Parts: sequence; C-alpha cells; structure tokens
Amino acid sequence: MSAGLTFEGLRKTFTGEAGTVTAVDGVSGVIAPGKITGLVGPDAAGKTTLIRMLAGLLVPNAGTITKPPGHVSYMPQKFGLYEDLTVEQNLVLYADLHGLDQKARKETFAKLHGFTGLAPFTDRLAGKLSGGMKQKLGLACTLVVTPEVLLLDEPSVGVDPVSRRELWAMVQQLQNTGIAVLWSTAYLDEAERCDHVMLLHEGTMLFDGAPKDFTARSEGQTWRMALPAKAAEKRELQRAAAALPGVIDSQIQGRALRLVVEKDAPAPTLPGLTAEQIPPRLEDAYLAMLHPPHKPPPIVEHTEEVGSGELIRVHDLTRKFGAFTAVDHLSFEVQRGEIFGLLGPNGAGKSTTFKMLCGLIPASSGEAHVAGFDLRVARADARGRLGYMAQKFAYVGYLSVEQNMRFAAGVYGLSKKEANERVEEAIDAFGLAPYRSSACGLLPLGIKQRMALACAILHRPAILFLDEPTSGVDPVTRHEFWARINAMADAGMTVLVTSHFIDEAEYCDRLAIIYRGKMIGLGSPEEIKAQHDKGGAGLEAAFISLVENYDREHPQ
Amino acid sequence: MLPASWTESLRRIAALIRRELLTIWRDKRGRTILILPPIMQLFVFSYAATFDLSNAPLAILNEDAGLASRELVARFSASDAFKPMARLTNGVEIKAIIENGDALAVLHIGPTFSRDLASGKTPTIQFIVDGRQSNTALIAMSYVNEIVGDFSREQAARYGRSMAGPQLVTRAWFNSNLETRWFIIPGLVATLTMVVATLTTSMSVARERELGTFEQLLVTPLRPWELFVGKIVGPAIIAFTEGALLAVLGILIFHVPLRGDVALMALGLAVFMLSVTSVGLMISTLTNTQQQAQIASFCVVMPCIILSGLTTPIENMPGWVQALTYLNPLRYVLVINRGVFLQDIPASVAFANLWPMALIGVVTAAMAMRLFRSRMA
Repeated sequence: MSAGLTFEGLRKTFTGEAGTVTAVDGVSGVIAPGKITGLVGPDAAGKTTLIRMLAGLLVPNAGTITKPPGHVSYMPQKFGLYEDLTVEQNLVLYADLHGLDQKARKETFAKLHGFTGLAPFTDRLAGKLSGGMKQKLGLACTLVVTPEVLLLDEPSVGVDPVSRRELWAMVQQLQNTGIAVLWSTAYLDEAERCDHVMLLHEGTMLFDGAPKDFTARSEGQTWRMALPAKAAEKRELQRAAAALPGVIDSQIQGRALRLVVEKDAPAPTLPGLTAEQIPPRLEDAYLAMLHPPHKPPPIVEHTEEVGSGELIRVHDLTRKFGAFTAVDHLSFEVQRGEIFGLLGPNGAGKSTTFKMLCGLIPASSGEAHVAGFDLRVARADARGRLGYMAQKFAYVGYLSVEQNMRFAAGVYGLSKKEANERVEEAIDAFGLAPYRSSACGLLPLGIKQRMALACAILHRPAILFLDEPTSGVDPVTRHEFWARINAMADAGMTVLVTSHFIDEAEYCDRLAIIYRGKMIGLGSPEEIKAQHDKGGAGLEAAFISLVENYDREHPQ
Repeated sequence: MLPASWTESLRRIAALIRRELLTIWRDKRGRTILILPPIMQLFVFSYAATFDLSNAPLAILNEDAGLASRELVARFSASDAFKPMARLTNGVEIKAIIENGDALAVLHIGPTFSRDLASGKTPTIQFIVDGRQSNTALIAMSYVNEIVGDFSREQAARYGRSMAGPQLVTRAWFNSNLETRWFIIPGLVATLTMVVATLTTSMSVARERELGTFEQLLVTPLRPWELFVGKIVGPAIIAFTEGALLAVLGILIFHVPLRGDVALMALGLAVFMLSVTSVGLMISTLTNTQQQAQIASFCVVMPCIILSGLTTPIENMPGWVQALTYLNPLRYVLVINRGVFLQDIPASVAFANLWPMALIGVVTAAMAMRLFRSRMA
C-alpha cells in the first residue's frame, strides 16, 4: 500500500498591487490512502492554493511535498470540461491526453459510464448537463487514468443535495479501492462525514485529525432549547439567549434554539424555557474554537412603514426562455416582516423567480406585486423599494467602504443630507468605522458582507432580497449575518432569500421549494420536515424526499 | 424648482457619474493606462511624425574644380535639411550608395559647371534621390529647388544678368514656417481624446459584467436612460480633461499657437464626445469581456483616424472614400481644432462643422440608447 501524499511546512505568498498576501502559511499534513480527507474552510482560507501546490500547479515558497509513485489527479473547482463537446468527446479528449490505447480505453469508458450513470447521456453537450452531472463527468475525466491520489477542489459547489449524495457515494467507492482522496469544502456538514479533516483558517491549519476528535473538544458546550409554538417570538428569544453570559453562539433551528456556550459555563436558562444538552457538531466546535464576540448587533432603523399585509404577491408567474419554461405558474405571498426562502437546486428556477421579483427581467405571463407595485408596469418604482445583496460581492473593489456606501445612497435618490446621516449611522451600526477609507476589495469576506448589507438597506427598503447570502462563508460570519437579518425582520423588514444551502433555510419563517420550475413544497421548515421527513433526519432529508417523489410522479 | 422625480433622477445620475470617475481614478493600473499612453503618443507623434526634412544623408560627387561648385556644395552643407555623409569621386559609386540606403540623395556636379556658369551657358546639376521613399524624396526635391534657386539668383546678380521669368514668393498663412507639429498637435488633441473616450466607455459595461457588479446596478431604481447618461458622461469628462491636458502640453512644450476661442474648441469637443461615447457604449453593450471591447474599439477608432485627415489630406482620397469621411465625426472636430489653434476660425466655418457632428451625435446616441435598452431590459 502506498504512503499517500505528505506535505510539510508549505507556504505560499502572492504579491499584488496592494502588497503581499500569505495564502497558505506553514501547513503540514498527510493525505492517507483509502481515506477521504476533508480540506475544510471558508472561501479565501487557502484551500485552492494548497490543492494547486499539491497538484504541482503552484510552486510553494517554502516546504516540501512527497508524492507517491503513482498518478496524482486533480479536479479543479471550475472543472476542466469543454462545454461545447459531448460527454463522450470530453472523455475521449482526456483519454488522448493521457495516451490511453484503444483497448484500455474501451474498458475504462465502460467502467466509468457505469460508475457515473452517464451512459444514457454520452451524446449530450457537457454545457447542457446539470451541475451535478457536470461534476460527475469532471470526476470521470480525472479518473480516465486510475490515480493513487485524487484531489477534488470543492466538488459539491453548485450541486443539489440529491446529486451531492450521489457524488459522495461515488467517491466513497474510490476510497474503498485504496485511493487517497482529498475533498475540499466550505460545508461543515460535509466535512463531518470525512474520515479525517484538515481545518484551514486564514492560511493556517486549525485542526488536523478525525472530525469526532474535533467535535469532542466542545463536548458539553452545546445545548438545545425548545421554543414555544408561536413563531413571532422566536427571534426575540434568540436575541435574549445570545445575550446570556457565557453564550458564544445561538442559532434558530426550526422551533428550537441551538446554543454554544463557553467551556464549563452553566446551562443557559431563559424564563419558562429549559435547555437540554446535545452532542456537538463540527460547526459548534468550530465556533467554540474561534470564539466570536457574542454581542448581538444593534437594531438599525431601516425600514419605512409600508402598511401591513402582503408585500410580495405572486400569481401564476411564468417565465419562458424559448421552448424552455424556467418558472412555471408560481403563486405565493410573503407577509410583512417575514423571512421567506426560495429553496431549490441550481437550475430549478429559483434564480429566475428571484430576478423577476427584483425587476431584473420581465415575466412571460402571470402577475407579481412587490411592495405595492405591479411589476408589469412599475418595475423601476418597485426596485426603488427593495434592497438587494448579490451572491457574489458586487461592489467596485477599488472604491472605499464609504465611497461605495455613498454611491448606494445616491443611486437610490437620497439627498446629500440624508445620505450623510444614513451613511454615518450605518458605519456605526455595522462596525465599519475602522474600514471606512479602505478599498473594499481587499477586506476580509466578513467585512465585505457587512458592507454589502449596509449598502442594501441605506434607503430603508421595504423588502430585502438576498441571493445565497452566506454560501462559502465561515460559520462565525454566517451567524453574525443572520443575527442582523433576524434583528431587521423583527423591526418589520421583509426578507426574501434564495438558497440551496439547507442551513440557511432553517432561518426562514417559511420556505417555497422550487424544483423544475414548479413549487413542490410550501410551509415553515417544521411543517416541511413534519410532512416529508418521517425519519426525523432534518430538512435536507425532507428536501431530498420531496425532490425524489416529484421525479417519480413526473418522469422527464 | 424641479419636480421631485427629476431631482431624484438627477441625484441618481450624479451618484453614478461620481462612481464611474472614482472607479477609474482609484484603479492605479487603469489610471496609468489612461494618462500615460496619450501623453507618450503626443510626444512620439510630435517628434517623429514630421514632414520637415532634417539631416537627410547626402552624398556629393563634385567633378568640378571651380569656386562656384564649392559654394553650391557649401550651401547644401549649411542647410539643416541635408547632412553630407560622403564625398564620391566616381560616377559608378552612385548606384551602390543609393541602393544600400546609405544616402537618401546624391548631388552630382559635372566637370564644366563653373566654366558654363562663367561663360553664360546654363549649367546643369544632377540630383538623384531614392524614390523608394517617395514622400521624403518629394520633400527633398523641394528643398533642392529652393537651395539651387537661391544660388542661381545670387550668381545671376553677381554676373549682372537678369533672371528670366517671374520669381515665386510663397507665404504660408497660419503656419508660416509650415511646421508639421502645428498641424499635427491640434489634430492629435481630438484624436487622442477620441481614443480615450472610446476605450473607457466600451470597457465600462464589459468590466462590470466581468466583476459581477452590473446586476447590482440593474436592481437599483436607475432607469435605463439614466444608466445610459451616467455611463457616457463619466468617460466623456475623463476624455475631455485629457484633451485639455494635451492641448496645454502642445501649447507649453511644442509652442503651438492658440489664436482662436477656447470656448469654441470646448464646444466642438463636447459635441464630438456625444457621438464617440455613444459608439463606445454600443460596443460595450455588444461585447462580453473587456478584451473584446478593446479589439472592437480598435476596429472603430483606426478607420476613423485614417478617414479624418489627421495625417493624409482628405482631398487626395478617391471620391467614394471622401464621401465616407462625412460620416466620421473626427473629420469635423479636426477642422474646428486646427482652426481654433492656428487661426481665429470664423463662426460660419465652425458652425458648418458643428452641426453635422451634432447630427451624427444625436443619431448614434439614439441608436446606442435603443440597443442599450433592448440588451439591458
């Protein structure tokens, strides 16, 4: 058996216009054969840099890498597929690149087709595959030659939960043949399933070992507090819990709070509520280790009275692109002060729905009213009443935090005086004072996100639109972000959020599950769990069962 | 007092323009690319692209022993246009020295030159030029004519003979020494302004698409026309400032005179900017990456420069090409710029060049707006 891949004291710096950044700082470890090693960390933690060094694409500034005699295969994050070639042509291309002879080729392809389930799609263009199938094909292409070490850079990004599960099963099969697998991810639930994890944080290794050893560190620090049935109070209770002494983190999970406390802190108590100890998850241990400041964010006065009732009313909303129906007769309402989630895999139609509701694209048919404006006739007026935060940081990186905020104020038509007041107020409330003159592109992700949120609410919108707001973000930043959103919702802000990230869905008051252009489920997270997940395994299981049922009833 | 919707509209546009300017200014690389190359081009063009002949290599074959021939040679040596680089002794050497490109021209004075001159016969001299460089050869010959003409007149006076025929006295108005720089720089000011404006507008939407910031703009209450105005005014301001800087450099460093009304030149450039930025924005709407936008800009700017009369006179072009130049806004602004710099251009001439440019501007802006709307909505 091979020794796997060993690396020692790896360091990589990048020198740019703004100075030198250390992406990976003295990292050592072993990717052992027959195991799945999770490389875990938020965006910009150094995962890709490390993998690229291991794959031999980057030369480290310091440190050594000891490779096994066999192949080291690498699947990049943006897979190396040619979208204008078919599935088969992509495989042939990789076989050619590896100089595979015709006989070996036939066997390998047959094996890979069976392995990936891509056999029925060999003539389809790679660009027309779904996110999950693309990743499977990408994996197949890297497996044309059986590697000794397989490096996978965020293979599950953009992949829906069903395909994620399948992809994981495929990699497990490989692991059983003795291959050493490195699987990088920003999702901690995924990391929990690995045999071994390496926790990367700002270029350094926080932890290297079995996930259960990491979670064991915060044994006894995690509590669950059941909440009363009335949903309106849950955010208020969460804030109260977060303010308790010794509480590091509090998170709403359906009709309960999940609390992480300091070591040896007493059981958290709130009047009328009792806490029970629960086993920690990787995320809890992570939070306990980073120990975020648990000061709940102040409530900013951010929304103007827009009456009560339904702020979003969608009826039979449909959008077609040529012959393809991306959104198919969608109807739902969102009440004032509600956090409403559009949940669904990539390509299901949630982004198209989101874009129509933001006034970015017109509907093909049907009606949508947003903040009292009919989107058929008053898209620009509706846009003026909503705040928007894109999935990707969408502000000019050269501009300072303050300049970006002033632009946001101006472009929503605030007067100079109003803009001054609100920008100052927001800089204060969002703790942006130390960064006000820094070019925002160079700031850490968490600060960028705070700025983006501050910009989105300067004009006191009636509705806040969030597009996958916390994917790829570390748990500390994610929890801080949601604490702010919760505070805003309590103050009357309506929030519409899209996500394919189950954790995010837990924060929503109600969810619409979108699949193949249709709404296949609607209700609070608890309702959806109760209806569709008999086993009690959580929202993800409920989601998968919903999708699988739909596929069974409506075969393509 | 403007209605509330208008003040809000203006605020939105102002915010967008400020953002455009800041974006370009705070990007160190972008800033350098915008400022440095035009200034370099101004210097390169002003020094290198000159039609004045100076220090052209000249070989001399003087077979005459007389004083007159030596005096003629001295005149050539003294002129700035030529620099004697070789003395030949035999006619067979001429072929090689021209063919090798060592000399641009050979001055060949025959053995009977002084004798003919003294005896009243018309002496001949031979001047051989390298026709492969036709432009330079033509200019060299005009210098030769001038030098030989002066020499002949003086000799005629010395021998008490009258010159036959009228004597031509030329005077170049507006540029008395016919300095190429005076002609080139006013044109360059407009041309480089065009390059900057086209590049900045054409890359602006493509850059936003690359950075992913465009969607964030589209969800703001900015109306398409407001976005359009903001997107052309920002680059126009930058290009305009750049043009002013180049004009000042031309005046201070290259001593180009400024005889007309600066306000008129500013008006001309402003009208010019409308069509240039509109075309730039059309390119931007149709391209997806900054690289595509750059290439497309190049494809638009180059023909405009060639068809503008910046370096080669429009009058020399074939008729159908001349007709094309009427669609080129650069053609008109060149007339205005040169007019303002070198003369005090009459209002009628200025107007005759302003209105076609304004018309082109309005048409291109309308087209760009249509395209922008259809692609943005």
